[in-house]
Amino acid sequence: MSVKETNDPKIIAFCCNWCTYTGADLAGLNRSHYPENVHIVRVPCSGRVNPQFILRAFRNGCDGVMVCGCHPGDCHYSTGNYFTRRRFTLMKRLLEYNGIDPGRFHARWISGSEAGKFRDTAEEVTAMVRKLGPNTRYREYARREMSADE
Amino acid sequence: MSKIGVFVCHCGTNIANTVDVERAVASARELPGVAFASEYKYMCSEPGQQMIKDAIEEYGLDRVVIASCSPRMHETTFRKMLKDTKVNPYMLEIANIREQCSWVHTDKAKATEKAIRLIRMSVAKAARDEPLFASSIPIEKRALVIGGGIAGIQAALDIADAGHEVALLEREPSIGGKMAMLDKTFPTLDCSACISTPKMVDAGAHPNIKLLTSCEVVKTEGYIGNFQVTIRRNARYVNHDICTGCGLCETKCPVKTDSEFNHGLSKRPAIYKLFPQAVPSKPVIDKNSCLKLTKGKCGVCEKVCPLGCIDYADEDREFTETFGAIVFATGYELIDWTALYGEYGGGRYPDMLTGLQFERLVNASGPTEGHIVRPSDGKEPKTVAIVKCVGSRDPKKGKSYCSRACCMYAAKHAHQILDKLPGTRVFIFYIDVRTPGKGYEEFYDQTRKDGAIYVRGRISKIYKDGDKLVCNGEDTLLGKQVKVMADMVVLETAMTPSSGIEELATMFGVARDVNDWIQEAHPKLRPVETQVGGVFLAGTCQGPRDIPDTVAHASAAAAKVVSLLNKSEMETSPMISVVRREHCCGCGACEKICPYTAITLEEIDDRVGAKRVKRPIASVNSGLCQGCGACTAACRTGAIDLLGFRNAQILEEVDALCL
Repeated sequence: MSVKETNDPKIIAFCCNWCTYTGADLAGLNRSHYPENVHIVRVPCSGRVNPQFILRAFRNGCDGVMVCGCHPGDCHYSTGNYFTRRRFTLMKRLLEYNGIDPGRFHARWISGSEAGKFRDTAEEVTAMVRKLGPNTRYREYARREMSADE
Repeated sequence: MSKIGVFVCHCGTNIANTVDVERAVASARELPGVAFASEYKYMCSEPGQQMIKDAIEEYGLDRVVIASCSPRMHETTFRKMLKDTKVNPYMLEIANIREQCSWVHTDKAKATEKAIRLIRMSVAKAARDEPLFASSIPIEKRALVIGGGIAGIQAALDIADAGHEVALLEREPSIGGKMAMLDKTFPTLDCSACISTPKMVDAGAHPNIKLLTSCEVVKTEGYIGNFQVTIRRNARYVNHDICTGCGLCETKCPVKTDSEFNHGLSKRPAIYKLFPQAVPSKPVIDKNSCLKLTKGKCGVCEKVCPLGCIDYADEDREFTETFGAIVFATGYELIDWTALYGEYGGGRYPDMLTGLQFERLVNASGPTEGHIVRPSDGKEPKTVAIVKCVGSRDPKKGKSYCSRACCMYAAKHAHQILDKLPGTRVFIFYIDVRTPGKGYEEFYDQTRKDGAIYVRGRISKIYKDGDKLVCNGEDTLLGKQVKVMADMVVLETAMTPSSGIEELATMFGVARDVNDWIQEAHPKLRPVETQVGGVFLAGTCQGPRDIPDTVAHASAAAAKVVSLLNKSEMETSPMISVVRREHCCGCGACEKICPYTAITLEEIDDRVGAKRVKRPIASVNSGLCQGCGACTAACRTGAIDLLGFRNAQILEEVDALCL
């Protein structure tokens, strides 16, 4: 596993298909520029995001994680994002306990029309994560696991 | 090993200008599992699609990654294309390198790097794609419309005219709803009964419409295309098969009880038709006030009925029918202002009426045959105060929303008073006057010209002084206290959802908003659908609205129903949850989190060591599951997974990014 020593953070954004993914597409349509660091993973609903995905990302050396969905009350599946909200309030504390700065993790509500908000969030989170520097917390562990796999 | 084909699109120059497509293709070739990688100017075009098809044939590809525009744009296009090939349409991943890369980045080197990462993620996910097959469910070509007001009638007529069977269910003994109670309708002032009763008769006589009056829904099972609805027909005690509706029984019944239709402004017998133009035009017995049914005495109606229709032994009867689609048209009620507004007397003063009571009072077929008189002494009022927003726009006491129709019917009430009793002083207390609608503002202007006095401000207190009702309030435009000595007060009260909506919504799994109105699937783009497939909304069950909007809403719901019922079967998305039975511990966390009641616990035979045991495990109803995946994140053992977005697939994507 090659985790580069650059200060060019890798950020993964789990975006729900109905709101934030659409909002991100709209940001594209509007040619709103944001940093290349944000990589979107499409999920049906922010409620689909298992905390395990986030832990895996941080373990693998991902520098920042975003979970984005519809605004509370606007969930395409009516209640999914309420669970997201509760789950990731707890998640922040778990991350802190594990020695990961909670500033690396952000849950945001961005609707399909909020292209500007998506751009701003991407910029803001990237800046914040860049300031925190590379996530090296589990690098040794991941490296060992990888070599054990081989 | 999988044989993945990667196809990178230039999208003319949309992608190629910012992303070095050739480099992306070259790096894709190096990825594990990739058997072929190529590029083309327009992948979505006919030759582009042909190129993919040829490559599948030539290289024996079993899955495809297309790096192009957003999957929201062309995922369905490419899935359709794959239908003609050996590759399953769901063995497709799209790397969004246009909307989420080339269009939002400017640095070509960095954008290319990102495109390569996005392709890598899609390839990693595709490697774990599995063939999925859309199943189809048959559709029962019948609709159930719940609620027989103007919304329900309109929806039922439209569906029936399109050639489908409809059951129109109403808990009252007659269809007609609130519109049948109204006198005139704004802004045209045409008589409400004259335009609604022909529609009621049409609905009653339509060969495709079955009326289910005095009926209520008690239970429902199933899903879109196949709802099994259990309906209770409340005992009518009159055999409607032979009754001709002659009305003799009504004239001979000795009981006098408050008329619901006239909102307590008049009396009705225990055997009654809801109103003279009722459809069906046959009486029922009110079991709570009938002497025979309550005390065992009387029996007059049985004696006078020439056809022997009276059946005191009639009982509530339950039956189950299957419907393909459901329309909620349950309408509204007026808020119970008496419980909320003690300062207005809490209902002690007989000369204080609600809007609907005033409608009955001014209605030619109402208790006073349309004469506007005080219920207390039968005198014509000289001064009338109309108070708007009673319960509306009042988050402290009532509801925070605007009930939308009140501004207009308050103007109409003022117009009717000034028309029937010239010289009467009419004060209208308002917060704002809202008249958005065709001809509405003009009507409001005309009412002011007719002499209605609009006073901006709420009424703080109403009390009785002699035979006057004293209304204390403030004119906020003048900044002065005002006091009106009124002979009659009309309260334009807030609309609230019909009673029983809670049970009905829970039965169908339909969500309600903060004010208990039924929640539409999308406030702008799906206003007549609910998030439950096959359940549609018509009229005020979704929120306050006036008659034109209700009728438009109902017709829109009918159009949705018809487009559903026109299909004989329906394809369902195969991207739904699946349970690995051996991993499921039967905790039921998924059952609780599922917004569609698609997951139930079922008992299976299992073995612990040599012992046979029964244990519960989760089971997913593929007709109900919408594929949100909430259950997968709630599952403690990882037994439940979402096809198309499996845990393993998302983890592969995460791993691929972090490489």
